[in-house]
Amino acid sequence: MTGRRRRAAGGALLLTLATLAAAAPGRPDPATLDYRLAARELAPGVYVVEGANADFEPANGCNIINTGFIVGSEGVLVVNTGPSRLYGEQLRALIARTTPKPVSQVLHLNLHPDYFLGNQAFADVPRLATPATLDGMRAEAKAYEDNLYRVCGDWMKGTEALLPDRTLPTPAALSLAGRRLELRELKGHTASDLVLIDQASGVMFAGGLVFVDRVPTTPHAKLGDWLASLDALQPLRVETMVPSHGPVVGDARGIEQTRAYLRWIDGSFSQAAQRGWDLNEVLRQPVPADFRGWAAFATEYTRNVVHLYPAYETRVLQRR
Amino acid sequence: MYRHATPFDRRRLLLGAGSLLLLPAAHAVGDPSGGDPLGSFQWPDLRQEFLGAGARVEFDPRVQVRGPAFAEDPMNVPISVAVEGLADIERIVVLVDRNPIRKVLEFQPLAGTKPSIAFRFKLEQASPVRAAVRTRDGVWHVGGTMVESSGGGCTVPGATRKDGSWVQTLGQVSGRLFDSLEGPGARLRLRVMHPMDTGLAAGIPAFYLKQVAVSDPGGRELLRLATFEPVSENPVFSFDLAGRPSGPFRVSGIDNNGNRVEGQL
Repeated sequence: MTGRRRRAAGGALLLTLATLAAAAPGRPDPATLDYRLAARELAPGVYVVEGANADFEPANGCNIINTGFIVGSEGVLVVNTGPSRLYGEQLRALIARTTPKPVSQVLHLNLHPDYFLGNQAFADVPRLATPATLDGMRAEAKAYEDNLYRVCGDWMKGTEALLPDRTLPTPAALSLAGRRLELRELKGHTASDLVLIDQASGVMFAGGLVFVDRVPTTPHAKLGDWLASLDALQPLRVETMVPSHGPVVGDARGIEQTRAYLRWIDGSFSQAAQRGWDLNEVLRQPVPADFRGWAAFATEYTRNVVHLYPAYETRVLQRR
Repeated sequence: MYRHATPFDRRRLLLGAGSLLLLPAAHAVGDPSGGDPLGSFQWPDLRQEFLGAGARVEFDPRVQVRGPAFAEDPMNVPISVAVEGLADIERIVVLVDRNPIRKVLEFQPLAGTKPSIAFRFKLEQASPVRAAVRTRDGVWHVGGTMVESSGGGCTVPGATRKDGSWVQTLGQVSGRLFDSLEGPGARLRLRVMHPMDTGLAAGIPAFYLKQVAVSDPGGRELLRLATFEPVSENPVFSFDLAGRPSGPFRVSGIDNNGNRVEGQL
């Protein structure tokens, strides 16, 4: 074995150990409602708090999101606050255990529930979102609360939506002393999708635009816009990509995966609508094996069909 | 040991056995589901109310009801009913055991229309969804599927009711004829814009399409449909035709407020 090969093998082993170490604390305990959150340092002062790559379930505490925080010279920026009041509290405690710097601001990358239902623990700091995201949260908050209480049970105890209290300018900009941060507002996964990049380290928090080894969620999706946004992300220099759902990766695979899936959905749904298929027939169409192997396939694909197929169907039915 | 049991003991034993599913449910004395393969305690009551106390009813595998295992969107649960190998069908009734309003629709396939239909409906909680197919000899052939749900489909207003946009589209009809999915024939898909309010969302009275019929250019009816509150907002229906009749087809209908629906496909 050459020295180079041995080093490569050692690297793989280290990676495996790191993966195991990251997985161990992530098993939530329903008896104590402890999410067992752990902060993993991706670069100096840049942390991810990883959720399960799965669907909302009481067993995982409905913690399926990767949140994060970035430590500046004077304060900490929190990226998304998780699915519940308890999550928010435990995230804040984790940050306090990790750095002596106070939390100075919270940023929400989009309007989805696990991006902001932990906000009650951050009531005393500025909470920022784009105007479109704030509008969307305002419209959906009640339904989110109801739905997550139904699905997640006790983990949601005491959770009430606390909205962002200020909006970002357009184009979105953000400052954190001691850090150069780049913020991009794109769209397609929702009406407003923020992507945050820490310039020094090249860590990208890609929000809901990029899914890794996980079927994309689509309740507010517009596929054309989403694909254009992926094209805009592709050329950016990224060392580490943090998707909101799925594992953190050191390459652009999440962009490729998400693009391939959205293109397949668009093509197969168009064809199905032109052939006069009903929703049930689309639900049962063959799906490429790659996609079927991703997390949450069984439930999320059903949702994709229910969310997206009616528009394809309507276009065909209304054509004269 | 049953041989030695008194009638009272015997009943008790059978009840116990039935609940452990050790006996064919259809023959279990006192089986609270009345022999329902889906084991629903609501079935005997549903059967009496919608099929009649003295009706002849058979669970029949030729009546196939397909739906999702889980209702990801309880406001739009897709259901398809297909009946293979059963002749002289008069009508197909779709019932949902645990909905507050249990009858979803009644479908009469007429000249050249196959006994199959697909549509979406609003599901309030996990429930069996059934199709009861009545043949000319008076027998009801019943098939069904179970749909799980986290609930809430019937008691919240639909999207076009929430944003008020239903007034602009009420009664609009669209649709097309497609090639059959397999073999000869054709598929007809039809959409009628209607809020389909159940009357169970606070402050919004029931407002729903009651009847829809489709006829060919000669005035011959291809199908008749009676629809009820649980049918989803802006309903889309799929029908399969044995031949490929040429249009235009006339669609006519009426809602519970007397608004008429007229359209051509």
